[in-house]
Amino acid sequence: MRRTTIDIWVGVFVVIGFLALLFLALRVGNLGSSKLQSPYLLEARFDNIGGLKARAAIKSAGVVVGRIESITLDSKNYQALVSMRMDDRYRFPKDTFATINTSGLLGEQYIGLEPGGDPENLEPGDVIKKTQSAVVLEKLISQFMFNAAEKGTSGDK
Amino acid sequence: MLDRILSFFQAVGAGTISAVWRLGFAARFFGMVLILSGSSFRRINLTLREVYFSGVLSLVIILVSGLFVGMVLGLQGYDTLARYGSEEALGVLVSLSLVRELGPVVAGLLFASRAGSAITAEIGLMKATEQLDAMDMMAVNPIARVVAPRFWGGVISMPLLAALFSAMGVLGGYLVGVVMIGTDSGSFWGQMQASVDFQRDILNGVIKSVVFGVAVSWVAVFEGYDSDATAEGVSRATTRTVVTSSLAILGLDFILTSLMFRG
Amino acid sequence: MTKILDSLNSSSPLVDVRDLRFGYGANDVLHGVTLSVPRGKVVAIMGGSGCGKTTLMRLIGGQLRPRSGKLTVCGESVPELDRNGLYALRRRMSMLFQFGALFTDISVFDNVAFPMREHTGLPEVIIRDLVLMKLHAVGLRGAAQLMPSELSGGMARRVALARAIALDPELMMYDEPFAGLDPISLGVIGQLIRRLNDALGASSIVVTHDVQESLQIVDYIYFLSEGKVVAEGTPDEIRASKDPWVHQFVWGEADGPVPFQVPADTYEHALLGACGA
Repeated sequence: MRRTTIDIWVGVFVVIGFLALLFLALRVGNLGSSKLQSPYLLEARFDNIGGLKARAAIKSAGVVVGRIESITLDSKNYQALVSMRMDDRYRFPKDTFATINTSGLLGEQYIGLEPGGDPENLEPGDVIKKTQSAVVLEKLISQFMFNAAEKGTSGDK
Repeated sequence: MLDRILSFFQAVGAGTISAVWRLGFAARFFGMVLILSGSSFRRINLTLREVYFSGVLSLVIILVSGLFVGMVLGLQGYDTLARYGSEEALGVLVSLSLVRELGPVVAGLLFASRAGSAITAEIGLMKATEQLDAMDMMAVNPIARVVAPRFWGGVISMPLLAALFSAMGVLGGYLVGVVMIGTDSGSFWGQMQASVDFQRDILNGVIKSVVFGVAVSWVAVFEGYDSDATAEGVSRATTRTVVTSSLAILGLDFILTSLMFRG
Repeated sequence: MTKILDSLNSSSPLVDVRDLRFGYGANDVLHGVTLSVPRGKVVAIMGGSGCGKTTLMRLIGGQLRPRSGKLTVCGESVPELDRNGLYALRRRMSMLFQFGALFTDISVFDNVAFPMREHTGLPEVIIRDLVLMKLHAVGLRGAAQLMPSELSGGMARRVALARAIALDPELMMYDEPFAGLDPISLGVIGQLIRRLNDALGASSIVVTHDVQESLQIVDYIYFLSEGKVVAEGTPDEIRASKDPWVHQFVWGEADGPVPFQVPADTYEHALLGACGA
């Protein structure tokens, strides 16, 4: 008799414990929403990645389409080499444009992809050619000040 | 003067030697528990019974504390975030602090003082009243029959309790932030889901709670088994369990955090 | 095979102790004890508190290891056994602890059933009958469903006795079975020890300092003092003994060969010397 009540309580405990884990995984975490389906890798080179970190999001039109796998420095031309793990459901044209953006004024940085018009798609392992570096606030300010002083020359390279 | 200096060094030396000796003894005891764990899985009822005593009986304190910690996080977090005009990040703040740190750590501390002390007291009392000796004389190994099921019961309970603590905390934060104060429910959950990563945050939190479960259960069964067979010895062992396992949780938390979340 | 034959040979004693020495650290407890327990007999080991009686019993049970000497139980040398061998031997003996050492978290019934459930694969129906038989033998069948905390001291010891005979041991050991009992419970336990020993065909060792009760039930008595056997004999021989040590112990005199005072320097020196220090 006492054994069955213990069994029932342990059963209840284990079930709600696992429900709590499930709640954390699906409702609090992003396991349900952003699980990448059979991912493929893409690469991109940036002159400056600013504060971008591994595992940051890759978004296109605001939708998360992948995550950053790793960031390394290419010691030949001193560019940042970003390896991206992309969701297999989404394919992008060859002339896709990759920019480093910030969500909000102080938010995390992510890579935004803007598809071009090329009929051919990027294959796994391809390198995105067209990239734009992160906006570094200090550079922006100093450029603005030089601009004000010299009254001319476009800022963006 | 020289005498005092000498006796100071002597005291330090004796303390160090006995600490190292105890640690070695505890490590050997841990090994014995692992080796003799077979029967706690073959006769799973023994272990389930201990899950009841260390897990189910800790449910109330874990759920209530989780709720209140979450509610306080909601209030304080809102107050701070509102200064920077980013109230919608409340969900992120509440869930990340719970899942990564507060869930495993606070649940571990509560578990140490609720279940860990009970395990120590029970084993210590069984030793003091010769129940362990009697069992040994009946050719039943007390480590296999008494210690190992309590150890595994604790190891199984702890991650579940930590998950329940975090889940209740998130609900508490939701109650205060969304229901009471009135931040937007959509951005509360949406931002949370966008920035809480399953592997990096939740899985690491679960790993932490498993490590804490092993640490607390190990300390608790060791202190109980090693206690002096007197009423005073049992009470001292119980206190030591709470102190040692709390310190172990905080120390391990620092080590694990620096391994998991750096870079 | 020879071992089994040896242990079945009724002429060899069940427990044989030769020149056994033991100590904790630098502190010697037993200095060469020699005694034997014949089959079917109840043997008492008596002596004052702290003379090593309980230590001797723990040595026989294999919970402690002697420094030197010979110790065989059922033909097996206890100090040489490994853990499995020891556990196999312990299934053939059982020990009644001073205060019963019942498992406080399970009922009287489950306490008695514990060794059967651990060591036999018997179905629950048979275990139930066996447990009730054992409890009936100690007169506590009606207390089967009580918890140990609801029992009096004498009842707890009888339950422990029922648990000790659960697997029909060949050797029973009793650690101070009479300590802290009222005269009636004391008589009951004494009679049970004798009756169960004869009914089971077992041999018993009773460690006690209760002289009058044990003189009535045992077959042979060893007196232990300061880690040595100082006297031995049947109850009649002990009662008639002119040995001053035995006389003091049996009649409970305060002073005699066993001094009232713990050895110390002289009284005058202790009192006056303290002032000078």
